[in-house]
Amino acid sequence: MAFQAPVETSTAKIRELTLGTKKTVTVGGQNALAFHSFEGTLPNGPKIAMEVYDTTPADWADELKRAIGDVWGDPVAWAKKCEGEFGADLICLQLAGTDPNGANRSVADAVATVKAVAEAISVPLMVYGSGNSDKDAELLKAVAEATQGKNVIIGLAVEENYKSIGAAAMGFGAKVSGETPIDVNMAKQLNILLTNLGVPLDALLIDPSTGALGYGLEYCFSIHERIKLAALKQNDAMLQSPTIANLGKEVWRAKEAKISQADAPQWGDGRKRGIIWETLTATAVMMAGADILIMRHPEAVKLIRKTIAELGA
Amino acid sequence: MALTGMAIFKHMPKTNCGQCGVPTCLAFAMKLAAGGASLDQCPFVSEAAKELLAEASAPPIRGVVIGEGEFALKIGEELVMHRHEKTFFNPAGYALLIEDTEDAAAVAGKLAALKAATYERVAQKLRSNLVAVKNASGDAAKFTACVAAVAGAIEYPLVLMAEPAAIEAALAVTALKRPLLYAATKANLDAMAALAKKLGAPLAVKAVSLDELGELTAKLDGMGVKDLVLDPGSRTLKETHQNLVYIRRAALKKKLRPFGYPIITFPAEETTDDMMETIHAAIYTIKYGGIVVLRDLSPEKAYALYVLRQNIYTDPQRPMQVEQGFYPINGADENSPVLITTNFSLTYFIVSSEIEGSKVPAWLGIVDTDGLSTLTAWAAGKFVPDRIAAFVTKSDLASKVKHRTVIIPGYVAQLSGELEEELAGWKVVVGPREASELPAFLKALK
Repeated sequence: MAFQAPVETSTAKIRELTLGTKKTVTVGGQNALAFHSFEGTLPNGPKIAMEVYDTTPADWADELKRAIGDVWGDPVAWAKKCEGEFGADLICLQLAGTDPNGANRSVADAVATVKAVAEAISVPLMVYGSGNSDKDAELLKAVAEATQGKNVIIGLAVEENYKSIGAAAMGFGAKVSGETPIDVNMAKQLNILLTNLGVPLDALLIDPSTGALGYGLEYCFSIHERIKLAALKQNDAMLQSPTIANLGKEVWRAKEAKISQADAPQWGDGRKRGIIWETLTATAVMMAGADILIMRHPEAVKLIRKTIAELGA
Repeated sequence: MALTGMAIFKHMPKTNCGQCGVPTCLAFAMKLAAGGASLDQCPFVSEAAKELLAEASAPPIRGVVIGEGEFALKIGEELVMHRHEKTFFNPAGYALLIEDTEDAAAVAGKLAALKAATYERVAQKLRSNLVAVKNASGDAAKFTACVAAVAGAIEYPLVLMAEPAAIEAALAVTALKRPLLYAATKANLDAMAALAKKLGAPLAVKAVSLDELGELTAKLDGMGVKDLVLDPGSRTLKETHQNLVYIRRAALKKKLRPFGYPIITFPAEETTDDMMETIHAAIYTIKYGGIVVLRDLSPEKAYALYVLRQNIYTDPQRPMQVEQGFYPINGADENSPVLITTNFSLTYFIVSSEIEGSKVPAWLGIVDTDGLSTLTAWAAGKFVPDRIAAFVTKSDLASKVKHRTVIIPGYVAQLSGELEEELAGWKVVVGPREASELPAFLKALK
């Protein structure tokens, strides 16, 4: 009996977005589930954005310090290293230092950092605020203006500030990443609100929130799967935006990624443990359908890149 | 083909005796149709009806048990492609690969480490499940000795990877309960089938293609060998992933019986890189592996895989719950602050990890809210003043701390007044809304 391959084809596809200008990167465009090249076309595969912070990280794991500590505090050098040495597809500049409850860097200062990083790299740039919705609204407007013509992604737009961030993106030609808390309908609703505002659909990306391995990964995994299933099988236009998993910062907050071998001998090799924690989190969200993975550790990035190549996307 | 609940109901005794654990025959029929019950739970169903329904009511992917007793591993009986559609039921088993060419002392060391690598997380015990012993030497005597050594060192059930004669020789020396025999192939099918029948042991089937795999399992089924585990033979990530998707779909969506069995995968034979092996194993944990055979289950890899498996196999309808009680963090003592939250495992993990990160000693009080998160539990009446007060007063908190202050999540600030009334003698302080604000909050308390 010959085996009849139970293929499931889809007439719908994920919206294809081209990012950046100097060295562009295209995401989305697939008409099948993650790595299902046996029943559809996956023109681009998942892309990896590497994180760069605007201020020197405090309390990060020793393993991160070993890997990238030499460029901490210098976002330009950090970004160049990610592009040149680690082969990042994109750079995600996290402006955590602008948080009013933290270093509270001024918008002008942050914009100067953004400009310097944008000038220094060729790959596309994503710029994320601190997560303080009021400050982000003001900050990201200035960022969009300062990076006009560079085809960047700004984020995260949330329910509280999507109007100002959406307007800034429209005005200055940026793409917007919208964040909602692990809920398909809310992700859809935010895209509807942004398009009602006039932001074109092909300027939108979905960040459905990320939980690290052991810290809600199962929710995040299922949300990515459900978004892709709705987009491809039900042709839901509002969920056909490429998806982003902002996982590096979640993973490296987990105790399992951070704690030293001396303090947790039962968990084995302290150096590899954090890398594995990030790699398995990235593997899971990528298998669930995420199009852009925001990652931190260069070795985890290398492993994921190899996995993508082996899976043949 | 699967029958509907109504079609099954026609063949039920219609006595509504309730002995199956469901109040009515109709409800039982519905449960059968959904795959949530087994026909032998009904003591009165007629033989004729049994035969008729057996095919229809059998799970689309057969459940297979390897080993016996406490360490037995059950795989299969999965019903969905995506966990959110229902849940994944029987977690994949991890098997450590041991070759009979390895040094005996090294093997003993590996097994001791494997045994030691057991963990507890959210009231579940996390560990590996099997040891796969491979006759890499080709020498039956070496295989026999290796199987005896492994079985003597660890209680986990074994996967015996050898030709039938070597397996028989090994089992003549070491009696094993339901080991998985690996593997029947086109070349040794009859001998393996006979051995599996004689031993009453589950049998893995290895083919070079899905065509051949379906032919072999159909033949084995005809010979009365039913407890099968599939190996589609591929040894690259791309092909194995494709085969896993195809086999699961063939079984669930096309109801193709020859593919309705759990699957064994071999990261150990797909890569020599230890980290890539872990990634292959992770992918097969997520996408449809029943057994995952690895060379390296060192704690830093094993623990991450166990947690991944726990995450993926958590029932989306039933959130993981932490046991109610007061947990000391960072060496909490009688002067440490007391924080109270819900027993939704994610809430617990995030809150406890933020407290740990703050390095401030504190007590974390976990109220049983049936696994609901703070706001949901509040809305459902499960994280409300009388329940929180009862939890505190029935506990031994008063003997654990000298002060009389509890901190509640900022999201339920509205409870503070009423809770203070219910909790005579205690002061209620409203903490931050988000766990990420806890370190700053705790440091400011000092």
